Amino acid sequence: MLALKFAEKTAFCLLRTFTNVPCRHARLAILVLIAIGLPVHGVFAQEKNPYAGDEKIAKLGEYQFRLNCAFCHGLGARGGGRGPDLTRAQKRHGNSDAEMFHNIHDGIPGTAMPAATNGGIGVGMSDEEIWQVVTYLRSVQVKAPEQPAGNGEHGKELFNGALGCSTCHMIQGKGGRLGPDLTTVGGSRSTEYLVESVRNPSRRLAQGIFEAMKEFPQEYEAVSVVTADGTKLSGVVLNQDQFTLQMLDTREQLHLFEKDKLRLFETRRESAMPAYEQKTLSDKDLQDVIAYLQTVGAQ
Amino acid sequence: MKGERAVFQEKSRLLAALGVTMFVKTIPKSGFLARKERGLGMTIAGGVATVLLGGMVGSGLVPVARAQVTAQRLLDSAKEPQNWLMYSGDYAGRRYSTLDQIRTSNVSSLVPKWAYQTMAGGKFEATPLVVDGVLYATGADDRAFALDARSGRPIWQYQRALPPDIRPCCGRVNRGTAILGDKVFLGTLDAHVIALDTRTGNVVWDVGTSDYNKGYSITLAPLVIKNLVLIGVSGGEYGIRGFIDAYDAATGARKWRFYTVPGPGEPGHETWEGDSWKIGGAPAWITGTYDAATNTTFWTTGNPSPSNRGEGRGGDNLYSNSLLALDPDTGKLKWHFQFTKHDEHDYDATQVPVLVDEGDRRLILQANRNGFFYVIDRASGKLVSATPYGRVTWSNAKDASGVPIERKEASPTLTGVPVCPGALGATNWFSPTYDLQTKLFYITAREQCDIFSTAPQPYDPGHAFYGSAYFPNDDSQPFWGAVRAIDPATSQIKWELKHLSPSWSGVLSTAGGLIFTGDAEGNFMALDAGRGKILWHFQCGASVYASPMTYAIDGKQYVAIAAGATLFAFGLP
Repeated sequence: MLALKFAEKTAFCLLRTFTNVPCRHARLAILVLIAIGLPVHGVFAQEKNPYAGDEKIAKLGEYQFRLNCAFCHGLGARGGGRGPDLTRAQKRHGNSDAEMFHNIHDGIPGTAMPAATNGGIGVGMSDEEIWQVVTYLRSVQVKAPEQPAGNGEHGKELFNGALGCSTCHMIQGKGGRLGPDLTTVGGSRSTEYLVESVRNPSRRLAQGIFEAMKEFPQEYEAVSVVTADGTKLSGVVLNQDQFTLQMLDTREQLHLFEKDKLRLFETRRESAMPAYEQKTLSDKDLQDVIAYLQTVGAQ
Repeated sequence: MKGERAVFQEKSRLLAALGVTMFVKTIPKSGFLARKERGLGMTIAGGVATVLLGGMVGSGLVPVARAQVTAQRLLDSAKEPQNWLMYSGDYAGRRYSTLDQIRTSNVSSLVPKWAYQTMAGGKFEATPLVVDGVLYATGADDRAFALDARSGRPIWQYQRALPPDIRPCCGRVNRGTAILGDKVFLGTLDAHVIALDTRTGNVVWDVGTSDYNKGYSITLAPLVIKNLVLIGVSGGEYGIRGFIDAYDAATGARKWRFYTVPGPGEPGHETWEGDSWKIGGAPAWITGTYDAATNTTFWTTGNPSPSNRGEGRGGDNLYSNSLLALDPDTGKLKWHFQFTKHDEHDYDATQVPVLVDEGDRRLILQANRNGFFYVIDRASGKLVSATPYGRVTWSNAKDASGVPIERKEASPTLTGVPVCPGALGATNWFSPTYDLQTKLFYITAREQCDIFSTAPQPYDPGHAFYGSAYFPNDDSQPFWGAVRAIDPATSQIKWELKHLSPSWSGVLSTAGGLIFTGDAEGNFMALDAGRGKILWHFQCGASVYASPMTYAIDGKQYVAIAAGATLFAFGLP
């Protein structure tokens, strides 16, 4: 990535040279490429963690993890509402040391995971520090791969049937759009988080759209509006700013509004999802649903 | 070149700019020339440019031609509101402009005039300077550029070749330049200060201030006072020893250094436990202000290191989180005021200290990151008042002099304690403004509480060293923000405009009765300064992480803001 960055700069400078604008960086950038590009590539190509199994390094890694990663992934790497549980052996974006290094170093496109270098998150980490974090994550990894305790098949029936989850949630392209897509949630969130999301969905609202430069993602807030012609609508917020609203109504119809043209606009920090209490969902059945989510999430 | 004041006809200005560019283009300077020859080439270019540049000036509402930005022009910046000569607009740090062509009655028709794409990733935090029709700004990764401020078209572009292993704590950002004579000055992420030729963007001098390998970097816009370039360092996350430096604008020679952590034998040294002062932090990473009447420059400092763990650095930890009154000629300390003693919540005091005169009272106003609005006597450094302007739980008591002090239970632990404001503060580095018409002080406030937990790691040079993990306290949701108008006479909030989420945009006030600011959702907007009503807005397409400024050319006022990778300028149709 660094090499790429310099290459970009060089191309820019070469272009300037071509257009007869002097550029004293072109040569420097090429030199840097030659001088640094190859060794840098060497570090990137490293497949194995040089510190694997070193307990002292794992401790340093824990500090780095606290500084740079705990913001989203929680103090013990168990995940929070923001980032996945990293203590699982099965990681969605790769299980090898090299893949973990790469994911931390460069971030994961299409997710909220930023690059650890260049001040992307925390204070940024050197390659050495990233390996320390990988070592730490290995040390807290759940030893035996977590086997879903429940009956996934039964969970699937509940999800698509009696509990009505699929009315609002999509899994592998099937289901509703009012709530977050749950295809990957079982592979990334901790069991505790999944339980909380079902039992008390309003405590931490699920995250919606994440914009590149924005600190906080939009959450799945409930919204009610009355339009200028008196139509009442309720549903969930897809996105909003000071002036506009993008929402789905309960029939999954998309509405785009200018807020000052609405007669009423009201959001509530509560999930549109009902809280599933013991009465409607026993612990046993909940375990089955979670087993289903985890089975799908592991695929 | 000093004193050259050729007055050319209006049209000659653009021709002159063009002439300079064309001439420079013809100099064969692709790097194969010997150093001496290159130097000669630049001298010739400089000579010709001097003559041509004489005509490049005198734009805006006050048609007076000047060849160069002199130290006197910086002092008299109020006389040329068409220009924006320093980071905060004036030495008082008010970020207030007397330009009033864009006003409450016509701002609703404001339109984008141009956009300049830096093509840089990450946060774009710069405030541009505008001098006689030319705009100077910096972007992420220490790029700098000069634009035709009327059209946004680039005149030159500079990109620093940064080492791959720099340690910018919080983004590869730069907040802008300072100008004097034919040079613009900027600090770099590898902790250098450089002077660029205003006509070509060529490096005139380049000095290292400190070792970036140990975590030093520079992100702020320098401040020029007389013939000196004042800068401070970032690096409070790496256990640096902070300082403020002054460099000779002509040569880059260092004139003085003030260490923000006193060494053995110096007053304040006793406020550090053992050797903790050596890695005490207290970086000075936001531009200071200057009171010419008393020849005093005011600088603020950031957290002690490690920021969120007080263990091992017992004491008040001077001069972390402080306001410093320095003699700009010598760097000697006149007085200090510490906002947060023995800080454990990363409450940097790095908010521009704004100089305000109320009757015969000479004051400094600061809405601090720790949630209190401070009024301080500018002559003595004594506290006048400290009043919360946002949600505060870290302090519930004041000492004998009225300074808020930490509540013991707010001290971070291994498992975490909830504290307001959060680690990013009730405000942050983005600028406040003091409106000379409304006499109100406007800030962007953030309402976010965090859970602070410690990470008791050892110090290792160049490695992150802030001793903590913090994360948003979900039980204090929602997180939001606001523009707040504070009446300095009473410290009460006169009005607020709510943001949907915490914003990183500074605030500008103008004599048009307007406040300009941005939000995290990407809107740039104009508010009625008297009551906070939104009168105009524009969607920039990315969160605003910068403070707005305004300027004029040919009698037309512009307002500029950085957002995403783009610098936008707005004006009336």
